[in-house]
Amino acid sequence: MTGSVLGPKPIVTGIERRLFLRQALSLGALTLLTGCDISDQDAVQSVLKLMSRWNDRAQAFLFGGHRLAPTYAESEVVRDFRYNAYFPADQAPKLTQSDYRLELSGLIADKRPWTVDALYALPQESQITRHVCVEGWSMIGKWSGTPLRVLLQRVGADLTAKYVGFQCADGYYGSIDMPTALHPQTIMAFKFADEILPQKFGYPFKVRIPTKLGFKNPKWVTTLYVTNRMPGGFWEDRGYNWFSGS
Amino acid sequence: MSVTTRESRPGLALQLHPLSRRIMHWVNALAIFVMIGSGWRIYDYYPALPVDFGFPYYLTLGGDLSVSEAINNEDGLANALAWHFGAMWVLELNLLAYLIAGVASGHFRRDFLPLTPSAFARDFLAALRFRLEHRLGEYNAVQKLFYWGVLAAIVVTILSGLSIWKPVQLKELTWLFGGYEFARVVHFFGMTAIVGFLVVHIALTLLVPKTLAAMIVGRASSAPHRRSEGER
Repeated sequence: MTGSVLGPKPIVTGIERRLFLRQALSLGALTLLTGCDISDQDAVQSVLKLMSRWNDRAQAFLFGGHRLAPTYAESEVVRDFRYNAYFPADQAPKLTQSDYRLELSGLIADKRPWTVDALYALPQESQITRHVCVEGWSMIGKWSGTPLRVLLQRVGADLTAKYVGFQCADGYYGSIDMPTALHPQTIMAFKFADEILPQKFGYPFKVRIPTKLGFKNPKWVTTLYVTNRMPGGFWEDRGYNWFSGS
Repeated sequence: MSVTTRESRPGLALQLHPLSRRIMHWVNALAIFVMIGSGWRIYDYYPALPVDFGFPYYLTLGGDLSVSEAINNEDGLANALAWHFGAMWVLELNLLAYLIAGVASGHFRRDFLPLTPSAFARDFLAALRFRLEHRLGEYNAVQKLFYWGVLAAIVVTILSGLSIWKPVQLKELTWLFGGYEFARVVHFFGMTAIVGFLVVHIALTLLVPKTLAAMIVGRASSAPHRRSEGER
């Protein structure tokens, strides 16, 4: 689909693959340690963290750069889509078209900030995909916007870097692996159900990633950066798995 | 090499479990325990069934809620998920080893087969009349079907679980389970079947404690077996 963009990807997955296979050898030893049912002890917590990192690698290994999330018919779209954040909808950040700027940082050549108009002028496409929450609920929605890889290309991001990180207006933060950032269905969603993205859903845009769980889809993004240092994330730093792929 | 010896001496019932099988049994028991306990908590966060039912918090696994709130400002789901996706690997690798060993050693063929409908009907009716005797080292047809049944339930629960975990990368599998939402229901009832097995399995172990001894030390025998009239 976008061979030139995804060119560096095999190198990245190649490394992930070797690490994965090497990690596999120590898994056997690890399995003997998971038996305790008191899961608040430090030793137990560190085993769980090790397993979670192992699961990051396993998921990176499973991830197909061109493998598309299932898409659905217009008739299956949920109209009354659930609002989900750790604060009520009326406390959601109010970003305005005139004041908003998307700041760029890290391993990016052209770090000039982007206005809403400039972002919305980028080529857009639509997707009808299933949003799956880590809690277990799921909803089918329609999002339209620009593939993240288009922006990353335009600003001269280092596509061989490991992570793309996000800072949001509500204090939320997160990060994804570069292969996922370059996935054709990873988009900056400017519209929800054919309407400009409502404030409560992340105006001016949310990053819609149908190959990841819902909490990996940040809203009200104000800074985007590219880095080789693991940036973590809001929920990831509270014990949730970092990769959290679907 | 014979894994389970039925009768080394006439009339003496003997149950032998090789060390490898005992290790796999207890690793499996532990993994299943962790999977069910953490799975119950995960279920409670967003029940898959459209009924007002949840597992009591004290029966679920994933650490103390107040500790999760204090350390992580999080209400206990993250830990349950970490347990679930950690124990998942233990369960799957152990089961894989067991299935390979079971076929290669002849354990399945020798101990779980043959299994015919008529033998099952005979043993099942005997069991209903409390006439089915437990003979160490020899599984009756009801037991055989139970072991096949729980193996199938574990495999279905694992596969439906994988399809929930990876509805994109394993989307064909998710499709096979009727889509993401229905796969959660399948996963729930797979767990229910395993819990049903465990209730009977543990109750019967308490009735015939020597089977527990055999699964711990590897060997148990009983005095010459007297067959009741009408049996076989």
